[in-house]
Amino acid sequence: MAAKTIISRPVYGTLSPQPGKHHLFIADAEGALAITDMARTAPSGFFDGAEIVFIPGPDGKHAGALEALKPTQFHLAPSFASLLPRLKQTLTNAHMGLRLYLAGTEGLIGQAMQVALEAGIDHTSMQTEHRGSLARRMQCVHCKGITENVTTQPATCSHCGLLLLVRDHYSRRLAAFQGVCINAEDRSEIPPIEEAFP
Amino acid sequence: MGITFRKETFRDDFTFKNSPEHIRRFPFPFHEDSYMYAVNIEPHVVGPKGSVLENLIDVDEHYVAEMQDRALVLAEDPLRCQSLPHMTLAGWDLLELLMEQQALGYPEHFTLTRDGDRWRWINRPLGIDDTFTFGDTSTLPYGPMEYITRQSQGDFCILDQRDGNLWMDAGMVTTQADWSLDFDIGMNFFEWHAPVPLAHEKGIFVRALKFLTNIQQGKPARRLNWTMTINPRLDTSPENYHKWGPDRGTVTPENVGDKVHLRVELQSFWRLPRSNGIVFPIRCYLIKMDELVTQPKWARRLHRVIRDLPEELATYKGLTRYRPTLVEWLSKLDDGSATSPGFGPD
Repeated sequence: MAAKTIISRPVYGTLSPQPGKHHLFIADAEGALAITDMARTAPSGFFDGAEIVFIPGPDGKHAGALEALKPTQFHLAPSFASLLPRLKQTLTNAHMGLRLYLAGTEGLIGQAMQVALEAGIDHTSMQTEHRGSLARRMQCVHCKGITENVTTQPATCSHCGLLLLVRDHYSRRLAAFQGVCINAEDRSEIPPIEEAFP
Repeated sequence: MGITFRKETFRDDFTFKNSPEHIRRFPFPFHEDSYMYAVNIEPHVVGPKGSVLENLIDVDEHYVAEMQDRALVLAEDPLRCQSLPHMTLAGWDLLELLMEQQALGYPEHFTLTRDGDRWRWINRPLGIDDTFTFGDTSTLPYGPMEYITRQSQGDFCILDQRDGNLWMDAGMVTTQADWSLDFDIGMNFFEWHAPVPLAHEKGIFVRALKFLTNIQQGKPARRLNWTMTINPRLDTSPENYHKWGPDRGTVTPENVGDKVHLRVELQSFWRLPRSNGIVFPIRCYLIKMDELVTQPKWARRLHRVIRDLPEELATYKGLTRYRPTLVEWLSKLDDGSATSPGFGPD
């Protein structure tokens, strides 16, 4: 679990079954385990009105366990980008009473939340649970490019190449942490690069 | 008699200067010889003639040059001005407020005439004479917020009030002290202040939010904030930090007086009548050390404030690299004698 540091940094909870007609789960990699853990306490028939969308991690695990919950719809996506058009349509057509559950890496939770926010769903109504990698999505404040899966502190912007301090300051709208040039005042200062978000 | 607007720059050759009258009216932010955060909010009422509070929206000798600098920033980076879709009405509120206040305070420079929704706005310093329909965005060359804030000194944040919180949902931010509108837009009051050290623990933001959400129409409030800037650079954005950051390493005992500037923000808070939003103008005043120390009281007091500033605040304000050089330079102007109470020069 990620430690709470500053107020803009997201805080995640533990998934729990919510009252509602329709339940949409979006998870990646080990986020699947948050769903299967929750399923143990869910009322019977809970998944009859559920859709699970899953992006497996590099190990390819957990898809079978999710399918075994027998949701009404089960969809495997190879990446978040590939999932996006479908997710947008689902959320655009959603009725009152849809409950959203996001589980897995911060990047997945953040990006799914970003799409849901754009569809008018309040972020406090979404269930979230962080599982797996602490890797961060980072926006370079200088060139505005997003670098995915940042695990080091500092980290190099994949767009403009500046060496960035990865801050805890987080934007839900951008689904990203802020990266600010760490040696802007003297480029010859190169701090050691450490594995900070494994 | 009107204002004589200076021809000057806030970049490249940095020709910005304050006239002697503007040095005397500088809003020096320290009322005692030390500094710590406080909820230093007071009613924004008209102050003494010749002070920056003579009018509630202050226009000064830097007006034309600041507007030219803003236009340069926006040409490079249009994301410095953003408004979420639900904020257009608040933009019209702001346009009305700024036109009314500028025309009221400086009738020789600005004129607003209204015939129902048909408005005519004359801005003589910038050579603008536009007639438009209030509320109809298609009759202006920009959205209402962008149109009027291209003609008003200071940054402007428009906050939407809902769920007992304030949301940073629109703004024109080109002279900021190191925060990014593009990153913070859409955040609530606590979220966009998240990186500020010490103040959360002191409960500052909880009390400030309570105060701000209760601001009434016609009863604006204000506070001062401050930092320091190397060279008279208005655009000290995080976006361009890699470009201006190296300036902080250029301070030497010989150039302190010319390079180091005290940067004071006069922040005011106004309830907007139609949208129920709050507009938060952040008016930036710069003064170089050579100008500031012409007032001996300010020199002594600034020395003591900077010398005794808690390390976390010095780091947050970006002073670390040149603080020793600055304190050494100021110490020579501090004979240890007492300073009189209050902000003003002796």
